[in-house]
Amino acid sequence: MTEVAGQSPNYLLAKFQDLVDWAVNSSRANSLWPMPFGTACCAIEFMATAASRYDFARFGMERQAFSPRQADVLICAGRLPFKLAPVIRRIYDQMPQPKWVISMGACASTGGIFDNYAMVQGIDTIVPVDVYVPGCPPRPEGLLYGVLLLHKKIRGESLFDAERRRDEQPLDDKGLRMSPAEIDEVSEPFGNSVHQFRSS
Amino acid sequence: MIPGALREEVARDGEPIVFVARDRLLEAMTWLKETPGQQFDYLVDVTAVEFRDRERPLQLVYFLRSLTRKADLRVKVELPASDQLAVDSVWSLWHGADWLEREVYDMFGITFRGHPDLRRILMWETYAEGFPLRKDFPLRGRFSRAEQVRQALNANPEAHYSLDELSIADAWGDLPDDMRERLKRGERGVVPE
Repeated sequence: MTEVAGQSPNYLLAKFQDLVDWAVNSSRANSLWPMPFGTACCAIEFMATAASRYDFARFGMERQAFSPRQADVLICAGRLPFKLAPVIRRIYDQMPQPKWVISMGACASTGGIFDNYAMVQGIDTIVPVDVYVPGCPPRPEGLLYGVLLLHKKIRGESLFDAERRRDEQPLDDKGLRMSPAEIDEVSEPFGNSVHQFRSS
Repeated sequence: MIPGALREEVARDGEPIVFVARDRLLEAMTWLKETPGQQFDYLVDVTAVEFRDRERPLQLVYFLRSLTRKADLRVKVELPASDQLAVDSVWSLWHGADWLEREVYDMFGITFRGHPDLRRILMWETYAEGFPLRKDFPLRGRFSRAEQVRQALNANPEAHYSLDELSIADAWGDLPDDMRERLKRGERGVVPE
């Protein structure tokens, strides 16, 4: 490496890291293999997104992985009951790094209208979520926009910068991924459900 | 005349309803199934109703159909909530009642005497918050959300099944060790009180 007078010797090295990040992130972003986890009506919109009219293969999601072992992005499309919580967590844990999660629709993101005893109030209490797609259900354009946002997020990651690196997020010793207080806080009723008494 | 019949009503859709004494339910059902001219050979559904008026008893509803006679009948049993919620199982007459009665047990806490395998069916077997469709059950459940998430994440999804249920006897060699051990011990989960 030749040192240019008056310039930092790290210049070329930093650029090289950027080049590696660019190459790695581009290949990751442009060949995401989705693992569909469809539980409700959002899955219908997801299928429409995958089918020929909207065709998310255009964005590199050509191959849908129906095994978590060969998937990059978990798309939870639909409501998640508590009974399925250990299932989706196990699927997430079985996916190899790096992995991303898209929460599709109101129910997956917040519990939606199902503010009741059986439903997880947002899958982010179970697995870490990268992109939330709002809608009930979201149109295919909405999901595609979420996928493009995920591309953007992946391009911002770095192998060398610890703060921008993607790390495994295991459960803690209580088997939770966030503190109980946080779970209670994000599960608070909002919108119309605030009018529903807890005892009713 | 149906044994144990207390009174009759007609539903709004014209279907006849018969109220039967709770002690004589099995007798009445046997009679309805086996008597020529009745032949209710098909149990469509079993469900229960609890009214907002706490004074009114719970109703256990059996939907019967006669495939040969093309006739329908609803049989109801009234169960006062103050009393023990238990009736005889009709599983011996219609094996299809197995899962239907399990669902009623799961949602309302009504127990069926003589049922071969009375455990929860929709909620997981270690579910401890009560019976969700009862009127005294809060819609969001009894535990905090954090506790619900903790219990859900610590649940073992495979623990709910028995060997016969999954028909996995052939796949015995492929099963994970812990599952094999549980099945060998005959464990099928614990039915909560």
